[in-house]
Amino acid sequence: MRISGAEIVVESLIQEGVSSIFGYPGAAITDIYDCLEKSPIRHYLVRHEQGAVHMADGYARASGKVGVCLVTSGPGATNTVTGIASAYMDSIPVIVFTGQVPTPLIGNDAFQEVDIVGITRPCTKHNYLVKKVEDLPLVIKQAFYLARSGRPGPILIDLPKDVLSNKTEFKYPKKIEMRNYRPTYNAHPRQIEKAATHILKAKKPVIYAGGGVISSHSSSELKTLAESLTIPVTTTLMGLGAFPGLHPLWLGMLGMHGTYWANMAVGHCDLLIAVGARFDDRVTGKVDLFAPEARIIHIDIDPTSIRKNVLVDIPIVGDCKDALGQLNQLVQKSGKQEWRKARQPWLEQIKEWKETHPLTFDQGKDDIKPQYVVEKIFETTKGKAVIATEVGQNQMWAAQYYHFDQPNSFITSGGLGVMGYGFPAAIGAQVACPDRIVFDIAGDGSIQMNIQEMATVKANNLPVKIAILNNGYLGMVRQVQELFYEKRYAQTFLKGNPDFVKMAEAYGIVGLRAERPEEVVPVIEKALSIKGPVIIDFKVCPEECVSPMVPAGRGMTEMLLV
Amino acid sequence: MENGQEQKHTISALVDNEPGVLSRVTGLFSGRGFNIESLCVAETLDPLVSRITLVTRGNDQIIEQITKQLNKLVNVIKVMDFTNTEFVEREMALIKVRAEAATRAEILRIVDIFRCKVVDVSPQFYTIEVTGNEGKIKALLDLLIHLGIKEIARTGAIAMARSKKEGPLKRENK
Repeated sequence: MRISGAEIVVESLIQEGVSSIFGYPGAAITDIYDCLEKSPIRHYLVRHEQGAVHMADGYARASGKVGVCLVTSGPGATNTVTGIASAYMDSIPVIVFTGQVPTPLIGNDAFQEVDIVGITRPCTKHNYLVKKVEDLPLVIKQAFYLARSGRPGPILIDLPKDVLSNKTEFKYPKKIEMRNYRPTYNAHPRQIEKAATHILKAKKPVIYAGGGVISSHSSSELKTLAESLTIPVTTTLMGLGAFPGLHPLWLGMLGMHGTYWANMAVGHCDLLIAVGARFDDRVTGKVDLFAPEARIIHIDIDPTSIRKNVLVDIPIVGDCKDALGQLNQLVQKSGKQEWRKARQPWLEQIKEWKETHPLTFDQGKDDIKPQYVVEKIFETTKGKAVIATEVGQNQMWAAQYYHFDQPNSFITSGGLGVMGYGFPAAIGAQVACPDRIVFDIAGDGSIQMNIQEMATVKANNLPVKIAILNNGYLGMVRQVQELFYEKRYAQTFLKGNPDFVKMAEAYGIVGLRAERPEEVVPVIEKALSIKGPVIIDFKVCPEECVSPMVPAGRGMTEMLLV
Repeated sequence: MENGQEQKHTISALVDNEPGVLSRVTGLFSGRGFNIESLCVAETLDPLVSRITLVTRGNDQIIEQITKQLNKLVNVIKVMDFTNTEFVEREMALIKVRAEAATRAEILRIVDIFRCKVVDVSPQFYTIEVTGNEGKIKALLDLLIHLGIKEIARTGAIAMARSKKEGPLKRENK
């Protein structure tokens, strides 16, 4: 049977098991919307296309599935660019369908025409301009395959209007093979053997895990490795949740705002086992001073990650799950007890670092401390909630004080650092996990960057809870100004902020406020008892700093303990 | 990081012959701060495949990143770095040189020595076609520059690995 391009898109989505998509209609994409209405796929109408991509991204992170987003041509397409770039930096499988002017008009500067394939070439894993309706099924099949395989990433498919209305026979490919694209899943056994030898010899090893552990679903393999050889574990921001946050071997996050003891452990270890992490500058600081005494094992599915920023001794290209699985088999033979004993001096040393500079704050009786809010959200939700964050201080406090117990629970724009990411991403996560509590830990600055999605949570009654740590400043930049610019707060005081409670009410959403420390817990409990979305405005101490901190360009053991 | 010396590399990539592929390759270079010294693209025997030959410069770590990043592009089929291997490299140049009565004979002598061709003649100019490696073209240009070069057009290098020569002689040598 011959069906139209638009019908092919919808049918293909159904075949790929897509049940929810996020989008915004427009002239060029109306054909798909017309078909979508008759399909079982649930469409979430956003209020800005940027929101749609972040929702697809949050959906993908919370569910482990591919997130899908649908927008029109021109401005609809350009509005997705920030979200695509964020998904690209964090290796999140997202597919963005954009409308395009009809093929005969491409290049004519037609109304709402933009070369979105050209614009997004450097920030997608791959992208397509579909010129013939006959190509559509294969392109969509490839897009899903590319998005979720290897190192995952966003794919954009540009759909000219005539391609959507033209008809062809539809047959969705069952299998896919691409001669140019064959990611290496199986780690080389000889490299694994080498790694195992070094791991068994090491006296002061540290595991440094990243988002790759989460995307490859290998947190149980990671835990097995750490526990069987008693190796302490730190993760990147992206890796939070890959290792239980209250585990005795847990060091907390490393890097610029990581814990003192995690950074000291990396600075003094004799073996660093990097798993699915990419030695980002916020993790390494000054590269020469990063793990200077250590041999480095680097496991990553993307060969370009290896030796990009640091030299490594044992590169292992492969899926973390496979590599860790093989490693576990090799090192299993020796008993746990022995290791615990052998590791004692190293663990004692780490404990000492932890005791001298713990992660701490002083709540006091007056202002609410933002860290206190995060801690209480953690306690109230028992570490089981999905936490999305915006970007800035709110993000770092969430990372430090919410002790993530399981993967796919921390949803944050790590690489690109997108303000305005958290709220839409939380919406996507809530769609993916209707039964989990989803919090967006926000700042008063970044929440206003995608605040329009209040209408989306209201319309769909998605019970996302937004905790605004309201300090009236762009706090992270203010902190930098306080520490390095002699307190010249250039343009970081947010004069003109709205009354967030009234704003919530204007959208028909419950708005709550806490101004004193003793109000924090009751307000969180009240928010959780409400079955719909809630905004909580926590008036927090305006000049609180994220601590500790490594100034940009310094070594990770040279922390400022503000 | 110890990354060795900066060195010139001739890299050849087989890619899908599709619109936008060249832009993906050049975008990768500009986006990651790598340099392209010359670039040459044309279809291969298989009309679905093109060969890109590019000359770039960098230390070991940069070249490793370049080849890995190229391989990562979905439209790239195969990447070869010819440096430190046996390979043939050729470039063609068209050189329009001032040719007056007094210098014509000398130009023709040079053309003869370099085994080039004069492909266009006018009362004031000869256009010379030359093929060779970078060194040969540079040597020719160094000679002609004194006579007055009006303009030049160069193709950039193309390259191919030498076939393995497995004659009996070679085996004996081992």
